[in-house]
Amino acid sequence: MTRIKRLHWGDWLILAGIAGVCVFLVLRVQGTLEYKWRWGDIPRYILAYDASTHAWFANMLLQGLLMTLRISIFASVLALILGIVLGLGRTARSLAVRLLARTYLELLRNVPPVVIIFIFYFFLSAPLIDALRIDFWARAIARSDHAAVWTFFFGDMRRFSQLVSGTIVLALFESAFVGEIVRAGIESVGRGQREAANSIGMTHFQSMRFIILPQAMRKIMPPMANQFIMLIKDSSIVSLISVQELTFKTLELVSSTRMIFEGWLTAAAFYFVISFSFSRYFARKERKFRLSP
Amino acid sequence: MTHSPGKPVIRARSLNKYYGDFHALKDVSLDVGEGERLVICGPSGSGKSTLIRCFNALEFHQSGTLSVGGIEVHEDSREIIRLRQEVGMVFQQFNLFPHLTVLENLTIGPTKVLKVPQAEAEAAARLYLGRVHIPDQADKYPHQLSGGQQQRVAIARSLCMKSRVILFDEPTSALDPEMINEVLDVMVELADTGMTMVVVTHEMGFARKVADRVVFMAEGEILEIDTPESFFRNPKTARGRDFLDKILQH
Repeated sequence: MTRIKRLHWGDWLILAGIAGVCVFLVLRVQGTLEYKWRWGDIPRYILAYDASTHAWFANMLLQGLLMTLRISIFASVLALILGIVLGLGRTARSLAVRLLARTYLELLRNVPPVVIIFIFYFFLSAPLIDALRIDFWARAIARSDHAAVWTFFFGDMRRFSQLVSGTIVLALFESAFVGEIVRAGIESVGRGQREAANSIGMTHFQSMRFIILPQAMRKIMPPMANQFIMLIKDSSIVSLISVQELTFKTLELVSSTRMIFEGWLTAAAFYFVISFSFSRYFARKERKFRLSP
Repeated sequence: MTHSPGKPVIRARSLNKYYGDFHALKDVSLDVGEGERLVICGPSGSGKSTLIRCFNALEFHQSGTLSVGGIEVHEDSREIIRLRQEVGMVFQQFNLFPHLTVLENLTIGPTKVLKVPQAEAEAAARLYLGRVHIPDQADKYPHQLSGGQQQRVAIARSLCMKSRVILFDEPTSALDPEMINEVLDVMVELADTGMTMVVVTHEMGFARKVADRVVFMAEGEILEIDTPESFFRNPKTARGRDFLDKILQH
C-alpha cells in the first residue's frame, strides 16, 4: 500500500466538516450557556507577579504542572525498580515467587485504577507515612535553611507527604505494567544465551545480571518509554487522594473561578505538550538506537 | 595415532532420559578418559546432543548415574556450578553474548565466575584469541564477525575458563561450507594440546584425523564404540553401515 502524501479535495471537505462542527460547538456554548470566555485570565494562573515582593511566582496551574512532572519522574524510577523485581519474579524458577508475582499483576489488571489508588493510599501509603513520621520530618526541613534546595526537587515541603504518597501509589500501580514489559524482555532473550551463561559456570543471578537483563533492557526501551508517557497521563488519578498535581489544581481553579472550559482546555494542552514532546523525543532516540549496534 | 585414554573424566552408567513419552536416551553407558578425543555421530534425533548436554547439566537424566570430573550429576546437586566450570561447551549456534565485545565475551566468565583479576583475564583472552587465529578482533562485537570467526571465539571462551573437558555440539553445522575448515583446524590444534574433547559432529574427516574412539548412536542408544579406522572401514551394525553410506556417498 502506498501512502498518499497530499490532501485531495475530498480530504478538504472532511476537514471543513470537522471545523464546522467545532465552530458550532463553540457557538452553542456561548449562545445557550451564555458562557463568557475569559482566556485573558488564564496566564496569570500560570505565572503571576507578586507586587509586594516584586517577583514572579508559579501560580496554580504551573505549580500543578511541576508537581505532575515531579511525581511522574519519581514514580517512574520507583516503578522501574519494582517492575524489574516483578518481572524477575514472573520468570523465577520458584513456583511460589511466580504465583505471588502473577497474583499481584492480575489484581492490578482486573480492578479499576481509581479503586486501586484508594486501596493503596489507605492501606499502604498513609500508614507508611505515619509510621515513618515523614510529615514531621518534612515540616522541619521546610523551616530549615536549605529549604530552597529541597523545594526545587520536591516542591513545597509542607506537602511533601502528599508527594510521597502520590509517588508510591502511582509507582505501585504502574509497576505491574512495567513488570510485564520486563518479563517479555527477559523471555525474548533466547534460550541459547542462558545456556551459554550456564555453561561458563554462571549462577542464575549472575546470568541474569550480566547476560540476560542487559540484553532484555535494550529490547524493552521502546515499550518502557511508552509506559512512561502512560504514567504521566495516569498521574492525574492521584488528584483523588489530594495530591496537588495538575488535575487537582485545575479542579481547584475551575471551582473557584468558574473558568470551566479555559481551565480544562489549558490542562489538556499542558498534558498534551508534555506527553507529545516526550513521545517525539523517544521516537527520535529509538531511531538512533536502532541504527547503532 | 591412537591415544590410550587415562582415567575416566566422564563416567556414565545406564543413563535414561525421557521427554514425555519420548525415550531420548536408552541405557547409555560410556567412559571418556582424561585427554581422550571422542566423536559422537549418528542420524538426527539419535540423542547425541542430549547426551552431551547431560554431561554439563544443561539437561538431566532420569535414571542411571553420571559422574563428570568426580562430581555426581543430578538435578538437586549443589555442585552443578562447579561442574560447569570444569566442562566447557561449544554450541551449534555459537551463542556468543551479542551485547559484549569479543574480549568481554572471553573475560566475563573468568572475572565474574572464577574471580580472576581483569588484567589477567584480558591477557589470557588475548592469548587464546591468538590461539584461534583471530588476535585482532578483540574489540569487535560478535555480529561484526563471520560465522567461522564467531565459532572460534566461542571455542576461545571455553578455553578461557580453563575447562578440563570441552563438549562440542555440532560446532560446524550452522556454518557456511567455506568456513567449516577454519573451525575444524582450530579443533585439530586443540586436540593436539591434549585437551579432553567430546565432539558431536558429522565431519567424518575430522573424526578420522583426531578421534581416539567413535561412538555411533541411533534412537537414543549407543550401537557402536570403536576406533575410527575400524568403524569407517567396517561398521559392525546394519544401522552404522546405513548411516555411513548416507553421509559418505558424495
